[in-house]
Amino acid sequence: FRVSAMLSRLSQCRVSHLATPFSRHISMSQTLSAGSVAVERKGDVAVLKMNIQGAKENTLNEQLSSDLRSAIEQVEKDDSVKAVVLMSGKPGSFVAGADIGMLKKAKTVEEAAKLSREGQQQFDRLEKLKKPVVAAVMGSCMGGGLELAMACHYRIAVADKKTQMALPEVMLGLLPGAGGTVRLPKLVSVPNALDMMLTGKKVKADKAKKMGLVNQVIQPLGDGLKPASEATHEYLEKVAIDAARDLASGKLKATKEKGFIEKATTALTTNALMLDNVILKMAKDKVMKMSMGNYPAPLKILEVIRTGLVKGHDEGLLHESKAFGELCKRNETAALMGLFNGSTECKKNKFGQGKEVKEIAVIGAGLMGAGIVNVSIDKGYRSVMLDTNEAGVERGVGQITSQLNGRHKKKRLSLLDKERFMSNLVPTTDYADIANSDLVIEAVFEDIGIKHKVIQQIESVVRPGTIIATNTSALPISQIAKGSKNPEQIIGMHYFSPVDKMQLLEIITHEGTSKEALATATAVGLKQGKLVVVVKDCPGFFTVRCLGPMMAEAVRLMQEGVTPAELDKLTKEHGWPVGAATLADEVGIDVAAHVATFLGQSFGERMKGADGLLKEMIDAGFKGRKTGKGIFVYGSGKKGEKKANEDSIKILQKYKLAPKASVSSKSDRQLRIISRFVNEALMCLEEGIIASPSDGDIASVFGLGFPPFWGGPFRFVDLYGADKLVGDMNRYAAEYGIAFKPCNLLVQYAKSGEKFYK
Amino acid sequence: MLRAVSRSSQCAARAASTAPAGSQKGPNIVLVDSVRTPFVTSGTLFKDMMAVDLQKEALRGLIRKTGVDYKLIDHVICGTVIQECKTSNIAREAALLAGFPDKIPCHTVTLACISSNVAMTEAMGMLSTGYANAVIAGGTELLSDVPIRYNRKARKAMLGIQKAKTPMAKLQIGAEIVKNLLSPELPAVAEFTSGETMGHSGDRLAATFGVSRREQDEFAIRSHTLAEAAARGGKMSDIVPVFVDGKKPVTVKADNGIRVSTLEKLSTLKPAFVKPHGTVTAANASFLTDGASAALIMTEEYALANGFKPKAYLRGYQYVAQDPKDQLLLSPAYVIPKIIEKSGLKLSDIDVFEIHEAFAGQVLANLNALDSDHFCKTFMGRSGKFGRLDMEKINRWGGSLSIGHPFGATGVRLATHAAGRLKEEKGRYAVIAACAAGGHGVGMLIEAYGK
Repeated sequence: FRVSAMLSRLSQCRVSHLATPFSRHISMSQTLSAGSVAVERKGDVAVLKMNIQGAKENTLNEQLSSDLRSAIEQVEKDDSVKAVVLMSGKPGSFVAGADIGMLKKAKTVEEAAKLSREGQQQFDRLEKLKKPVVAAVMGSCMGGGLELAMACHYRIAVADKKTQMALPEVMLGLLPGAGGTVRLPKLVSVPNALDMMLTGKKVKADKAKKMGLVNQVIQPLGDGLKPASEATHEYLEKVAIDAARDLASGKLKATKEKGFIEKATTALTTNALMLDNVILKMAKDKVMKMSMGNYPAPLKILEVIRTGLVKGHDEGLLHESKAFGELCKRNETAALMGLFNGSTECKKNKFGQGKEVKEIAVIGAGLMGAGIVNVSIDKGYRSVMLDTNEAGVERGVGQITSQLNGRHKKKRLSLLDKERFMSNLVPTTDYADIANSDLVIEAVFEDIGIKHKVIQQIESVVRPGTIIATNTSALPISQIAKGSKNPEQIIGMHYFSPVDKMQLLEIITHEGTSKEALATATAVGLKQGKLVVVVKDCPGFFTVRCLGPMMAEAVRLMQEGVTPAELDKLTKEHGWPVGAATLADEVGIDVAAHVATFLGQSFGERMKGADGLLKEMIDAGFKGRKTGKGIFVYGSGKKGEKKANEDSIKILQKYKLAPKASVSSKSDRQLRIISRFVNEALMCLEEGIIASPSDGDIASVFGLGFPPFWGGPFRFVDLYGADKLVGDMNRYAAEYGIAFKPCNLLVQYAKSGEKFYK
Repeated sequence: MLRAVSRSSQCAARAASTAPAGSQKGPNIVLVDSVRTPFVTSGTLFKDMMAVDLQKEALRGLIRKTGVDYKLIDHVICGTVIQECKTSNIAREAALLAGFPDKIPCHTVTLACISSNVAMTEAMGMLSTGYANAVIAGGTELLSDVPIRYNRKARKAMLGIQKAKTPMAKLQIGAEIVKNLLSPELPAVAEFTSGETMGHSGDRLAATFGVSRREQDEFAIRSHTLAEAAARGGKMSDIVPVFVDGKKPVTVKADNGIRVSTLEKLSTLKPAFVKPHGTVTAANASFLTDGASAALIMTEEYALANGFKPKAYLRGYQYVAQDPKDQLLLSPAYVIPKIIEKSGLKLSDIDVFEIHEAFAGQVLANLNALDSDHFCKTFMGRSGKFGRLDMEKINRWGGSLSIGHPFGATGVRLATHAAGRLKEEKGRYAVIAACAAGGHGVGMLIEAYGK
C-alpha cells in the first residue's frame, strides 16, 4: 500500500524517536531507594554524578530532583569546593528528559504550572551558584536534561551518536517548562532556538558547538584499556574537571566576547519590532501552514519565547510555567502522549527472537521492493533484490543508491558505512541467488495468480523452513498461503510507501501461520526500524480496511460537488497530513478501485463505493500520480505542480449526486470522512483483528496519517465522545444508510461512557 | 631452514644459527647492507629537490658502499607515499638516474608509512621463490613539495577545452577554469574512510590508553637524546652524504631534525590536533621529513658466494590490519606478539625492538595495550596480557620522532638500526614494528648474523 511521502514529512513521524526516553520511566520513579546523585571530590572540584539505580536512562523525577538539590546545597556550602562538574554516572544517558509520571500526577492546570515553576526555581538556583558549574554531557540530553545543562555555566559534550541534545516537548504537545524557552534563545540564535523548540529536532555535539549550545566538544575514544563508552566517559570527566578548575581560576572564560557582527545580529533578532514583524511572524505562518492551527503547543512556544526575549528572564519564566500548565491539560497533549506510549509498545518484540536471519530476499524491485531492501541492507542484512528484468533491478538499485547518497550528503551516513551497506546488496534476476535466504519477502503485483506463481517459484529454490512473507495491502494471507507447500511459513508483511520514511509495518498472520514465522517477521521488522503492529487476517487487514470506507466517503463528497481542491483543504484542515483527493492519486486510482471493489465484495453494502466512476477514470488513463493524470493533472519534474483534471471532473459530474443539506456543513463533511474510518477501526477491535486500541491508534497514525492530535481512532472516540459520535453518525445514517451505522462497540461505549484509555 | 644450510657447504659453518622454528621456509635471506640519505626536515635543505633525486642518491650510495656489481642485481623495489605523478614508478626513474643498467626491472610499492617494509618483504618473496638472488629495496619521500592540484571542476574544464568547438564554448570553459583557480585540492592528510587526521587519532589513542602529556613529552625528549648520542657516537654509519647544488652548494651529511629540549619548554606547547584538551603537540609528534633509503638483500648463499659479509638475517615478517578509526596506530601491539610467537620465540628472546615513532603517545599507547589484560583478551584473543616490553630494548638510537620520518624510507631505516644494534648490543633477535595509515602495520624478525 502506498501513501504519499508527504505523510512522513510531518513532524509526527519523529514522535516515536522520542518516545523511548520519556515513556519508559513512568514506573521507575517509585522504585528508587538509593541516592541518585553521588558527590565525588577531585581536589577542589566536586563531581556530581547523576545515576538512577536500575534504570537504563536518567530521568528528572522527584528523587533525582531532590537529590540534586541537596547535592548542590552541599557543594555550595563547602568552601573547599571551587568548581563543580555535573554529569551522569551512566555513559549512555545524561538526562533523557523529565519524568512524564510527574505530569500525570498533576490534576489541574495550576498543579502542572506549579511543577514547572519548581523546576525553574531549582535551575535558577543552580545558575546563580557562585562556583562555576560544568555540564559534562554524554548520552541523551533531552527536554529537562538539556534545560538542566543550559542552567550550568559551561557545557562539554561528546561527539558520539548517542549524545543528542533536544527539546522535544512540542511533540508531546508541551513546551520546555524548566526555563528552556528563556535560556535557549540566549545561547543560540533565535532562528536556531525556534527550530529546536518547534520541531524537537536532535542536535549532536559538533552541531551544538557551532550553534553555541555547547562550549567544548570531545571526540569519543575507542576500546582500549576498557570498553569504549567507559573510557570516553572517564575522559570526559577528566576534561570537564580541568575545565571547571580553569573556569574557577579565570584561565578559561565561559562566554567568549562577542564580535561586532554577532552583537548586531543579537540586537537585531531580539528586539520586539523585529520579532513581531519578521522572525516570529514568519515562524507563526509556517507553523499555521504545517499544523493548520490544530496544535496549540507551537503557537504557545512562540508567545513564550517572545516574552523571554522582550521582557526578560523572570517574566519569561512566569509565562513559560503558565503556558506549560495549560498545555498539560489539553486533549492534544493526551493524544500525543498516548502515541508516545503506543509507539514504545510497538518497538517491543513480544513473540521471541524466531529464526536467525542473515539474508533477506525481496522479490520485485519496484518502489516498495527496493524500499524494503533499502531498510534491510543498512541494518546489516545481506539482501538479495530480485526482479524479472534487468531494467527493473537497475531502477531498484538506483532508488537505493540515491537514498543512501542523500543521507551521505547530509552527513548522516559516512562514506564507509554507505559503501558497506551497498556491499550487502545483491541485485539479481536469477532465482538461484535467493537459495540461501532465510526470509523471502515478495512485493510483486497484487494479483492472487501472480502471487501464487511467485511463491511456488520461491519454494522451488529456497531451503525448507525459509519463511516467505507477502507484502500485500489487501489480499487475505490465507488465500495467498493456499499457493504454498508450507502454509505455516507464510506471513503477511505490509509495508507502507515510501518504506524508508514510513514507520509502520503491519504484520498479518493467517490461522496456520507458525509462531516461528511471526517471531521472525517481527524481529526483522523491528530491526528494520519499524513500529510493528500484528493483526489478524481479513480483507484489507486493519489499515486498508479502515481506509476503504473513508476513501469511499471522500469520493461521495466529490460526487456531491466538492471539488478535489476543496476536499484536500477540508481534510487537511481536519488534521490529515495529505488531502484525501491527493491521497487517492498517490495511492493510484486503479489500486484504490481494486481495493474498493474487493472490500465491497467482502463486506457488502457498508463498503460499497462508486465502482463505475473509478472504472471510467481508469479506462480514461487517469490512474493517479504515476500516470501524470488522476483526480489532478501533474506537471513534469519531481515536484511538478498539480492542477484539477478537467476531464476527470467531467467524469465525476456524470456520477453526480445531490448533496444532502442537513449533513453537508464543513464540519459534517469532515466528520463523515473520519467517522467511517473510526467506526471500521472499532469493528476491527470487536472482531479481534487488532489486539488493542493502542495498536489500532498506532497503525492509523503512523501508517495512514490519522490526525495525530486526535491520537488515532480510539483516542478520537475517547476525546470526541462516543455518545456525541453516535449521535452524528445516526444523523448521517438517516441520509446514507448502513455505511454510517455505528458498530456495536461504539454504541456500547456511548451508553456506558466507558473509555478506551483509562 | 635446514635446506639453506645444506645448500652451500661454505655457509654451513657460518650459518650454524638456523632460523627459529616457525619463521618462513626457503633460503636464508640476508641484509647485506643498507644506506640512507640524511633525514632532513621538510622545507629545509632538500626543499628544491625531487623525491626521485633522493632515491637516486640512496641507490647510488648503496652501490658505492657495497661495491656490488650491477650484474648481480635482479630487481629494484622502492616505496613511496605522496606520489609525484611525473615519476609514478619512482623506482625505475631513480635507478636509471643512479646509473643502473636499463635491463634491471624496477617497480614501486606503497603502503603509507611502511612502504619500504613492503619493498623489503616483497624482495624476500622474490628471493624465496627463486626468481631473484639479489634485490635492492628502498624508499623515498619528499614532503617539501607535494602535488597540489587544481580542483576537480577546473580539471574537468581543462580537459574539456579541447573538445569545445565554438569560441563561446571555449570562453565558458575558460571562465569555469578561472573561477576554480583559487581553490586547489591538497593531498589528503586525513584517513579516506573516517576523515580523521592521523594526529587527531593519535591523540585519542593516547587518551584511550591513559598516556599523559608528561609521559609523551618525556618520551619525545628520550628519543631526541638517544638519537643525538647515537649520531655523536658514530652509529648513523648508514648515512650517505648528499651534495645539493645551487647558489650555495652544500653537502648534507647528517640528520637535521634532532634537537634535545627540556620538559619545561615542551610543556608550554599547545596541542596540535585536539583542542583545547589534547596532548599531542608538535614536539611529541614526528615531523615532516625528506629522505630516502636503500638496502641490498640477497640469499645468504648468493651473498657468500659473491664475497659479501651480511649484516643480519631477515627471518620473517607479518602484516596486520584493523579498524582505521579507533585503532589506526595500534598495529605494533597486534603484530609484536604475532611475529614473536609464530617464530617460536618468547618476549624474553627479543633483545632489540625498533618501533616506529609516529607519535610519542602512540608508541606508549601500544606498550600499554600489550600490558593490558582487557586489550589482549578482547582484541587479540589471548588469555591475558602479553606483557610490557623492556624500555631499555626500545629505539636506543632514537626514532622517527627525532631522526625524522620520510614515509617511504623509514622501514629500511628501522631494519638498519635493528641490525646495527644487534651487533652493538650483542643481541640475537630484533623485532621491528610499525603502524601505517589504513590501520595497517608490519612486524619483522631480524637475527644477528654469525652469532
